[in-house]
Amino acid sequence: MRDNSLKARRNFLGKGFKIGLVTILGGIGLSKIASRLNANSNKSEEYKMDLMTTDGVIIQVNASEVQEIEQPTNPDIKYNVREGIPNRKFVMVIDLAKCKNALNCVESCNKHHFVTGDNAWIKVHKMQDSKDSAPYWMPRTCMHCDKPACVTVCPVDATFKRRDGLVLIDNERCIGCRFCMAACPYSIRVFNWSDPEQGEMSEVMMHAVPEGLHPEYAGMPSIKGTPDKCDFCPHTIRKGELPHCVKACPNGVFYFGDQYEDTVTNGEETLRLGKLLEDKAGYRILEELGTEPRVYYLPPVNRLVDFEDGLENYDKYQSVDKSDIE
Amino acid sequence: MKNHQGLLEDLAPRKFGKRGKIWTGILLIFIAAGIVAYIDQLIKGQVVTNMRDYALWGIYISNFVFFVATSFVGSVTVAVLRLTKNKWRTPLVRIAEIISLASIIMAGITIVLDMARPDRLLNLFLYARLQSPITWDVIIIPTYIALSFLLLYFPLLPDFALLKNYHKGKNSTLSKWYGRLSLKWTGSKAQKALQEKSIRLVAFIIIPVGILLQTIDAWLFSTTYRVGWDSTNMGAYFISGAFVAGLGALITVVCIVRKVRKLESYITEYHFDKLAKFLVLACLTYLYFNVNEYLIPIFTATVEEEIHLNALVFGEYSLLFWFSQIVGLILPIIILIFEAGRRPGPMLVVGFMVVIGSWWKRYIIVTPTLLSPFLPIEGVPESWQSYFPSLHEWIITVATLAMALLIITLLIRYLPAVPIQRTADEKVMYPTEKDLEP
Ligand code: SF4
Ligand code: SF4
Repeated sequence: MRDNSLKARRNFLGKGFKIGLVTILGGIGLSKIASRLNANSNKSEEYKMDLMTTDGVIIQVNASEVQEIEQPTNPDIKYNVREGIPNRKFVMVIDLAKCKNALNCVESCNKHHFVTGDNAWIKVHKMQDSKDSAPYWMPRTCMHCDKPACVTVCPVDATFKRRDGLVLIDNERCIGCRFCMAACPYSIRVFNWSDPEQGEMSEVMMHAVPEGLHPEYAGMPSIKGTPDKCDFCPHTIRKGELPHCVKACPNGVFYFGDQYEDTVTNGEETLRLGKLLEDKAGYRILEELGTEPRVYYLPPVNRLVDFEDGLENYDKYQSVDKSDIE
Repeated sequence: MKNHQGLLEDLAPRKFGKRGKIWTGILLIFIAAGIVAYIDQLIKGQVVTNMRDYALWGIYISNFVFFVATSFVGSVTVAVLRLTKNKWRTPLVRIAEIISLASIIMAGITIVLDMARPDRLLNLFLYARLQSPITWDVIIIPTYIALSFLLLYFPLLPDFALLKNYHKGKNSTLSKWYGRLSLKWTGSKAQKALQEKSIRLVAFIIIPVGILLQTIDAWLFSTTYRVGWDSTNMGAYFISGAFVAGLGALITVVCIVRKVRKLESYITEYHFDKLAKFLVLACLTYLYFNVNEYLIPIFTATVEEEIHLNALVFGEYSLLFWFSQIVGLILPIIILIFEAGRRPGPMLVVGFMVVIGSWWKRYIIVTPTLLSPFLPIEGVPESWQSYFPSLHEWIITVATLAMALLIITLLIRYLPAVPIQRTADEKVMYPTEKDLEP
């Protein structure tokens, strides 16, 4: 009895294998035949096609000679989040002469990144370098350093540097060690100490974002036990728009652009980056550390606004307005 | 042979007395509380701690550094004294090895407690990046655990064989276990040669590994740009600090074990004298590095460094700073300089002082630096500008300390705290030495 069933099984296995083989061979054969047929039918019609070459000349070719080459239908599929947008090098310039602590940048950033914690990603610092020097307002984003201290120390490559200059976080890989936060000399990173409680938004965003959870949509949603930070808004720059802070600033403090193109814009005026830095003596903060920030500052000279104007908005203990998140 | 039997009676591990049971019970309660607190932390996230975006590391990390430091005692006393052929180490090495093993295991556990996403622990291996000091830790800590274990285990083989026979008839399960652990030790020449060679090899490897472990621990901090951490002094500073913390722990445990197990005739004042001098040497070295770390920067301190130093020396951390410097370092040196201070009684106190001072010293290394960033702390709730551990953090940290003590207690319960065979051998080899020296 047992012998029989064993044999039966062996038989079955053997047959199954043969059938599988036949199917595969058959499949290959069929596709071969089909392609022949196709080619034949094309030839018989001698159909000519009009095509345009890359330099704009119209030419005619036999349709049978035209071969389709493989092309990614959706460029996003080939797009590598860790490489970034090809042939770009994003850069930001912040003009301290224009800042009057309007805080629209902070508000807009908080809103669009659904910041629900107590620490905003952008801050406007009240600065005074020494006792006798004049105070000024200093907006501060992530510097997207070219030699990012945060990336160097991350044990799992969760925070990474892209070719287009951005430093982003893969919140799905991060182990929550906070070494990156300890390493960042600008103290710009914020941490989700508890569930971010972004409510329904997180679910909505998860489906709205084509790739699902994705470092380019930082904060949407935020994940408990991982850090967040200013991401230079890759989700908007990929659409050809400016980052939220740049768009929101009523005083045109933020300029954003591409270093390869040597242009930056604040939405109103577009300037040559090199010239701007030269004319206005651009500098980077904590340059001496050698982190090579991608954010330049223009010194607060010939101020367009009074420092005192900003004082009414100044709140040392709050950067995220939670009044509308019930 | 009769001598042998007497030794065995004295040194064979003994069942817990009433005190032992109460002690173990208390430890278990602390550990249970810690587990409950940790589960709560897992569920709610690290909001239950008082760590926030500026004070992003707290006592979990300083406690981790403390454990790593105390684990250094294994390589120092055992390996170094062994290679330099210092005979007085014999009754102390076993305890040192036990402390070492317990500490390094707890260091491994403590660092995981600090991770906000322990569920992704595997990523450390899947996506390991070699330039991160954390990856170096992931490599070095298991290595050190393995080496510490071997350094404890190899010398135990003859003792296990002795204990197997000792318990034969009295307690057959215990005898069976000791038998298994003894790996069929007979004491033959070939076995002895092999054992001697293995121990020498492990003792040799564990020194560089131990130094590396401490250094990597220091590099966790000095690879950042932070004020007070970004120092080339850090590696040597941590090694000398570990020297102090480890010896402090050793002295404390030795005092207690000697008392509880009535080992006065094995661990004599002669040994305490040696230990004390060893500790003074360690403290002086550490003091030297402390001067380098805190006093010399005054001359060239940048604005940020000056704020940091001021906060330490005169400001909000001054109490802890001076406590760890005076109670943990200077007073022990002064006490131990006098002969009267090098006796078991005062040395128990000194041991405690050093251990507690060392623990707070680690706190002083971690916290103040994080709270003096380059850019001002603004736009965050007022409570984020300072740090003191929350109840959860205390309960969990106390539990890790209790767990370390439990490991030590259990190992001393089941292993001979003083090597039996070796003591016997030395009695034969140097019969006069012992008579002369106590
Ligand atoms: S500013 Fe900080 S977080 Fe941003 S790239 Fe530089 S080191 Fe990293
Ligand atoms: S917290 Fe996350 S992103 Fe930061 S270093 Fe650790 S693993 Fe990397």
